[in-house]
Amino acid sequence: MQLPPALHARLAGAPGAAAPLPVQRDHLAGNAPFRFAARQVRFPREHEFFEDGDVQRHLYLQDVITQVAAEPERPRVPEFTCQVAGCCQAFDALEDYEHHYHTLHGNVCSSCKRAFPSGHLLDTHILEWHDSLFQILAERQDMYQCLVEGCAEKFRTGRDRKEHLVTHHLYPADFRFDKPRKGGGYVAGLAEAASWAQQARECADSCHLTSRPASQVSTEAPGEDQAPPEGDAMEVCSEHAEAHPEPPRERRVYGHRIPSTICFGQGASRGFKSTKKKSKRL
Amino acid sequence: MWSGRRGLLRPLGCGVEELRCRRREREAALRKARREQQLVSKRLLRDEATEEAEEGCVVVILGEAEIQEFLRLAQRGIEEKERERALVSLRRGLQHPETQQIFIRLEGSIRTLVGLLTSNQALLQLEAARCLHELSHSEQSAVAEACLPATSYLLTYLSGHSSDFIELCLYTLGNLIVESEAVRRQLLPQGIVPALAACIQSPHLTVLEALGYALSQLLQAKEAPEKIIPSVLGSTLPQHILQLLQPGPKLNLGVAVEFAWCLHYIICSQVNNALLITQGALTTLGLLLLDLAVAVQRTKNAGLELLVCPVVRCLSNLLTEAAAETVGGPVHLRDERVVAALFILLQFFLQEQPSLLPEGLWLLNNLTANSPSFCTSLISLDLIEPLLHLLSVSNVVSVLVLTVLCNVAEKGPAYCQHLWPGLLLPTLLDTLALSDTEVVGQSLELLQLLFLYQPGAAQAFLQQSGLQALQRHEEVAQLQDRVHALQQTALHG
Repeated sequence: MQLPPALHARLAGAPGAAAPLPVQRDHLAGNAPFRFAARQVRFPREHEFFEDGDVQRHLYLQDVITQVAAEPERPRVPEFTCQVAGCCQAFDALEDYEHHYHTLHGNVCSSCKRAFPSGHLLDTHILEWHDSLFQILAERQDMYQCLVEGCAEKFRTGRDRKEHLVTHHLYPADFRFDKPRKGGGYVAGLAEAASWAQQARECADSCHLTSRPASQVSTEAPGEDQAPPEGDAMEVCSEHAEAHPEPPRERRVYGHRIPSTICFGQGASRGFKSTKKKSKRL
Repeated sequence: MWSGRRGLLRPLGCGVEELRCRRREREAALRKARREQQLVSKRLLRDEATEEAEEGCVVVILGEAEIQEFLRLAQRGIEEKERERALVSLRRGLQHPETQQIFIRLEGSIRTLVGLLTSNQALLQLEAARCLHELSHSEQSAVAEACLPATSYLLTYLSGHSSDFIELCLYTLGNLIVESEAVRRQLLPQGIVPALAACIQSPHLTVLEALGYALSQLLQAKEAPEKIIPSVLGSTLPQHILQLLQPGPKLNLGVAVEFAWCLHYIICSQVNNALLITQGALTTLGLLLLDLAVAVQRTKNAGLELLVCPVVRCLSNLLTEAAAETVGGPVHLRDERVVAALFILLQFFLQEQPSLLPEGLWLLNNLTANSPSFCTSLISLDLIEPLLHLLSVSNVVSVLVLTVLCNVAEKGPAYCQHLWPGLLLPTLLDTLALSDTEVVGQSLELLQLLFLYQPGAAQAFLQQSGLQALQRHEEVAQLQDRVHALQQTALHG
């Protein structure tokens, strides 16, 4: 198919068009037995007209077709360590560091050092755990916001919210980012967080490294796969909590659940050493 | 667009012929699937670096005890490296379908995996996500559906910031989405549309491509027109999609391909195309078409047809909307560069992917049918002859070419004048020698118009043994009335 040489130049030229030729139809055109009528055609999604193109698309998805312009290789860099205070993790690729940083140091609550997967969950946590005004307002109005982005529903209690998450959004009943806080008041500030963490650390030294839910104190049978993972520190308060520090019994319970803020060599931030005044959000 | 890491075409001693054969088989399977309306494809994302390290390692089937051991180590190992290695071993094993089956039947296995996914150990999270991804890619429904407990977390992580992790979550979600309507019935209330709408603002190209893939899978679902597309149209997704399709230096091919297909699924479902037009879809797509015509001349073997195809489809379908008359952009403004671009793309199709020619010609039909302006462009840009050259490709193509020529001819004498004489008559006589009824039928339509509007046409037709050419079809049911009518006109004027 030979295209006129001027065509390519025309494409590169300015927008525009020649004046349209005059239209002049005869009523006999398209008359029976003829049937032509100029008209636009639309094809719905499943029409067989699209078969070839669809097949090409899926071959591409299945990665069978020859590939195109390769992405640049991931650069390896000289090993470096995470710069966050107290974190000693080393990396030789920026992407690994990025993931580490965002998982452990991004979206971290400056009050209790818990890390969250998103800014949205962090904001909700700060509001419900560290904002004294929240508890007061919650007595009078629906303050517990639905955790699903895009859902504007609010609830009177954390329990109601959980109910909504499960029935309306089909979330699992044990959604890890909506764990009820067991015992103890909300953590009001840095100092309190520090002492609580200190207690936990002391207990941790003598405890087995796995976490157990606060209610389980006995050891689990070996080889069991049902145990929840270590260090689930991403919690959002879903119960109205008292404002008093935990009784001694509760301390022991906390000791079993090692918060991620305690670094056993790698990963989490050891931020309590810093006494700088920080805003609530890092 | 493609990173080397997405390569599944590992030679592994395969010859070129074997690859071609495999491709033909896959193509046949896909055609069959489409006819049964079961066309689904999953994408597998495997890290090239990991692949290289594993080259030479045969994928071993893991037994129950081994899986349990790996899980135990991953969960409770003392050293982080040890835990990571355990998960890597598990992941490798999960590349094998049998391991997958054993894994999902093991009590608590998914729960443990989800636990690792939501732990705050970054590398464990990543490996756990890779394990889930392997499972999601399975063709066995039971295996893929075993991943369901993880979906609320996968969606939560879309609002995070780690691009690699988000990419993995998106591909996993994309694979799960095509699995079954049951899965989608869970994902929709879990908020997948708002999650994607938030995530599409990411600056990372890999994330965007993955998101486009996941969204295209969602939009391709059977129930999409009723259950999914309305909420997608109600979100900010369409604006972002159009933005990502803006031509220019920032356009990324891989990303654009995915979102162009998203747009195609939305548009051909005909839910609310007027909305897309008000958001500038016609303008953006028209400009993109021009850009692509320039690109195909520049780059060879770039896979550009993967993007040209959905763009052509979107434009063509959008043109049929009433709202199309009222917007700006090259299409509405009857910019003849659109026609120039389309012909360059038709030539490109002819060379690279002839099966896409009908789609390009369909767009040409929709451009010219009601537009004296675009019909004039065909003439002023000297495109009639190139069009005629396409008549030998296939019957489907021939019918479309003749339809476009009819679009031009039916506008009257001023147009027919430019169709004549040239190659048109000999070409028409050639098509009359064919036996395909539709092709011949369309040729007869064109002849009627020419006889009507072009003085001397009937005469020339007679002189070139036109009557004999017509005689062949005198007995064909769908053709005979028109044949006789033309014979009369030719003989008696």
